[in-house]
Amino acid sequence: MDNGIQYTAQSSASSAEFRNWFMDKLFMGMSVSEYARSLATPFNLAAVAILVASAPVFIMRYTRGLASVMDATSEYPWGLLLSWGIFAGEPLFAAGFVVAAAYYLFGMKSYRPLVRLAVLGGMLGYAFAASYLLIDLGRPWRIYYPMLVNLGPSSVLFIVAWHVALYCTVQLLEFSPAILEWLGSRRLHRWAVSTTVALIIGGVILSTVHQSALGAMYLLTPGKLHPLWYSSHLPLLFFSSAVYAAMSFAILLAFVAVRYFRDKCDAKFISSTPSLTLSLGKGAALSMYVYFALKVLALAQDDRWGLLTTPYGYWYLVELLGFVAMPMVLFTAGVKSQSLKLIRFSALFALFGILLNRVNVNLIAFNWHLPGHLHRIIPPGTEIMMIMAMVTLHILVFRWILNRFPVTRELPEYEGTH
Amino acid sequence: MIKIKIKKNRSEDPGGGAAQDAAGRSARLSRRSFLSISMLAGCTALGLPARAGAAPEFEGWPKSYGMLTDFTACVGCRSCERACNEVNRMPAPEKPFDDASVFNERRWPNAKALTVVNRYENPGDPSRPVYRKIQCNHCLEPACATACPIHAYTKTPEGPVIYNEKLCFGCRYCVIGCPFNIPGYDYESALQPKIMKCILCYGRIKKGQLPGCAEACPAGALTFGKRADLLKLARKRIAEHPDKYVSHIYGEHEVGGTSWLYISGVPFEQLGFPTNLPKKPLIELTKGYLSTVPVIFTTFPAIFGLIYAATRKGDPTEPERQHKEGNNG
Ligand code: SF4
Ligand code: SF4
Repeated sequence: MDNGIQYTAQSSASSAEFRNWFMDKLFMGMSVSEYARSLATPFNLAAVAILVASAPVFIMRYTRGLASVMDATSEYPWGLLLSWGIFAGEPLFAAGFVVAAAYYLFGMKSYRPLVRLAVLGGMLGYAFAASYLLIDLGRPWRIYYPMLVNLGPSSVLFIVAWHVALYCTVQLLEFSPAILEWLGSRRLHRWAVSTTVALIIGGVILSTVHQSALGAMYLLTPGKLHPLWYSSHLPLLFFSSAVYAAMSFAILLAFVAVRYFRDKCDAKFISSTPSLTLSLGKGAALSMYVYFALKVLALAQDDRWGLLTTPYGYWYLVELLGFVAMPMVLFTAGVKSQSLKLIRFSALFALFGILLNRVNVNLIAFNWHLPGHLHRIIPPGTEIMMIMAMVTLHILVFRWILNRFPVTRELPEYEGTH
Repeated sequence: MIKIKIKKNRSEDPGGGAAQDAAGRSARLSRRSFLSISMLAGCTALGLPARAGAAPEFEGWPKSYGMLTDFTACVGCRSCERACNEVNRMPAPEKPFDDASVFNERRWPNAKALTVVNRYENPGDPSRPVYRKIQCNHCLEPACATACPIHAYTKTPEGPVIYNEKLCFGCRYCVIGCPFNIPGYDYESALQPKIMKCILCYGRIKKGQLPGCAEACPAGALTFGKRADLLKLARKRIAEHPDKYVSHIYGEHEVGGTSWLYISGVPFEQLGFPTNLPKKPLIELTKGYLSTVPVIFTTFPAIFGLIYAATRKGDPTEPERQHKEGNNG
């Protein structure tokens, strides 16, 4: 590859220009060998090891069917892969819409440095959620069927499919100014920026619908989902928890950026991170209070108090007190004492709570009364391997983009245009 | 304060005349109320019309067929399993159909066996265990069909719930939705996985034949006929032998009724039947939510448009040029 590029470079001046442009964009201004050397880090080695080790699992999935990598049955059709990749992932990726709405719609101008990072986190997250689906669908090559081939509008999943597809498009458009700046296309850039507000409103709608629809999917299962988790308020519970999940995720994204990508952040980004973390922490704490109240309300409305003294009731309390109330209190304490550390810790804690809640709904409290239930929902190693590989890829792609695109910094020539 | 006003706007006049007014009022929006408003907007929209979606009762097809299983008659010979396997041209089973050792485990219908018979203890008379044949119940308003985003399932007027493999992309939400855990996905196929479940021998009954299992049962445990007639028959049996039967026809009302009905000598709970199901069809539980989606689509642009307009006015530090750009969209 190196040779090829050199050859063309000699052949004409314009290709030398192209080469510079190309190297600058892809290798961040390093030469090929410099770039290759910069890749040899322990993290990358671990990443490669995980990807190589999981490759056979993916090959097996597509050549020998889902049964070769998962324990799916008629009683447990969905496993941890979907729980992790879709149900627990998507609330986090609402970060894009929450931060963008704060900045563009609510005029909270101080959020500006964070907007692109949050939109990137959301966009990439959705792309990966779609990839999890491509693993789990029996015939992934038919993924567009609900949109184009035959419509099932009575299905909540139909709603999810449409909204996720549209939302992905909107997110890509929202992020497109960054891509266009990277490519240096001014005219398109101006056009892309001008559509932003309409896009953001569209994104808010699509997000609201589909976050709640993920919960609404389980409205269909009153006989299968444990009554402590089943509630007619599932759509509302999923939506409201997505709000604090999104804020927590934005807090952690900003932290990762200033901590591990400091040289890619401009001074504005770095200096605004503490106050934004504080502000997001406040928002997260507040929305956790709302969520907590709604959870209790759902319990009261369905009069499920008696169930709290059963084993599943204890587990429910672990989730509600240990993983909602606890991070909620910590968030509050972090905001009160202005401790960024505590806020960031609470954010991580809150996200664990989201994961626990979704895993409870998808697996632990689902078909809980079947014989041998808890034994049968343990995911096989191959499923865990696939999840690990996807997480690794996710991090690698995120890093690749953050290193190159103007996400946490403003290019001087585009300042004030968005 | 502001919360209530915004809410009112939404229900009374989502846009138009109230726009000016509300823009003025919400210019006072503090930054922190961003959260409460957006959550409230979502919450009211998601919570409100949950009651609005009730549809007229659907009584099912009056002349549709069904099946009645009488567990007091079943002897556990598995002839029905064999017949099902044959008429559907399924692969040979691992253990032959006369091997009673299969009763030692709890089996479940799957892509290789559309119906299975399990053995349950009979607390009243331990020497006579109860055998339960399990297969799709052909719900009058099937949750599998409600769940499918591609509409691959059809409830036929004749009674069977059938499925079109050509449409299915394999999400298995139908399996999640089915209150009886019935649809079996062919997880072992890499290229052509599909749902496999009992279709009440749709092809055979259209030709006037009996379903394979009903034809094969030597004990008279399976009766095929018009659902309405089967209900009468079931009631008659229970009335004539109140000592022999529990007084419940399973499937008469569960999830809005099923084409397959059951009567039994031991409580259905002890045979692993779900007894916590609502009497109304499960589709009723999602209708309310689905009807909120258009509400969100029509009210949110107005609400958030107003908020946008208001907060822009409220922030004098913002240069004019950017406002114009925002407006073009
Ligand atoms: S029993 Fe399950 S698979 Fe059969 S019709 Fe009812 S919902 Fe569908
Ligand atoms: S698995 Fe197939 S039939 Fe079942 S809901 Fe998904 S697309 Fe529809």
